[in-house]
Amino acid sequence: MKNFLALALTLFLGVLLILSLTGNTQFTTFGTDNTDNRVSSEYISKGAAVAIIYGVTNDPESGPANIVTSIVVDYRSFDTLGEVTVLFISALGVALLIGSGAKQKRLSLNFKPNFMLRVGSRALFGIIMMTGVYITLHGHLTPGGGFPGGAMIASSILLLYLADDEFRSKIKGFKILEGAAGSLYVILGLLGLVLATYFLQNFLPNGTVGNLFSSGIIPIVYILIGLKVGSEISGVIDNFLTEEDAL
Amino acid sequence: MTLFDIISIVVSVLLLVIAFLALNSKKLINAIVFLSGLSMLAVVAFVLMKAPDVALTEAVIGSGLVTSLFIFTLLSVKKGEAK
Amino acid sequence: MIQYAAILLIVLGLYGLLTNRNVIKMIVSLNVMEIGLNIFIISVGFVYDGIAPILTSTNSSSALLFVDPLPQALVLTAIVIGVGTTALGLAIAKNIYSKYGTFNLDEVEEK
Repeated sequence: MKNFLALALTLFLGVLLILSLTGNTQFTTFGTDNTDNRVSSEYISKGAAVAIIYGVTNDPESGPANIVTSIVVDYRSFDTLGEVTVLFISALGVALLIGSGAKQKRLSLNFKPNFMLRVGSRALFGIIMMTGVYITLHGHLTPGGGFPGGAMIASSILLLYLADDEFRSKIKGFKILEGAAGSLYVILGLLGLVLATYFLQNFLPNGTVGNLFSSGIIPIVYILIGLKVGSEISGVIDNFLTEEDAL
Repeated sequence: MTLFDIISIVVSVLLLVIAFLALNSKKLINAIVFLSGLSMLAVVAFVLMKAPDVALTEAVIGSGLVTSLFIFTLLSVKKGEAK
Repeated sequence: MIQYAAILLIVLGLYGLLTNRNVIKMIVSLNVMEIGLNIFIISVGFVYDGIAPILTSTNSSSALLFVDPLPQALVLTAIVIGVGTTALGLAIAKNIYSKYGTFNLDEVEEK
């Protein structure tokens, strides 16, 4: 009886969604709208009347060549601060629910890692960590940025956890790094308020579009976000792998 | 029908089939593996719609981190049953 | 065609959330719903014959047709928040198992 009621309710919701979007004049058909009619035309043209050319244009309104980066970190940087706060709250919740002191043993698995796994994981750990750092640093020129770069750094540490039975990272160092990176993001925003007009404004010069050292504080913000996300997810994985007390 | 239409129809059908399999499986480990496959198909859909940032983020997070968190939760169940 | 598949994924995830009684299956249904939602938001911004929104040495900002970059920025935030939600849900599930001995919510309600 409950299954039938749930099926009827969800089918009704699906039919309602599809019918309300099909004949609508304001919801255009898939792929046929032009971005000139939307607000994104201001984000693409960066408010200038002439075209922005890679490697030639000097000091545009916002520096990155990757337009999604300029939206996430420059135009709507306050939403990114909110997202960093939500991640921090979830990592805090996991540490409160599961985490215990630093004296617990590792959760022991049923198999012992052999020689090939232990040696090969050391080599792969370096490659994955270097790829994560590269993607974080070049967030304003190529796709990527702080969030996938930080997740890759956490993946490399997950590899070390899986390959070795006794590995426990220094949890205190990670917590200090996470707190410092989060506070530095807010301090950068307050510096923008003091040195320029508003909170989180770009107060360093923008440079030429396409150089590595360009677009003001945006690479610095992405490095801070990468460090914070990486150390947070590593802390969550370590909390999941500790053994609880004997009941 | 262009190549884009054919690939988008194949990806859509595969998405629905794997989601249905993930929700109606008897064992828990099967559902987790099907969820990981669903993430990979979503990466293909993101690349098809020309969004490289989103595809990179979903590939790193969906393949490594979320699946490993699910499996670490299931490991403590096995340890509890062995006691 | 991808938009229909995304709406059906949302409906399937909601049905799984309403009828399953196992906590891990409920978190899997929540993740299925989030994947469908992200695909739908990005499909709103797609333009036929458009290119990815990155300025390179061959594409200046007025040359060709760009895909809408604003939904991609919103979905980037949504994916990371989904990871945070899943981690917290799995921590609660682990505590439920260590206290009641089962993942099934019907048996937990009886105790």
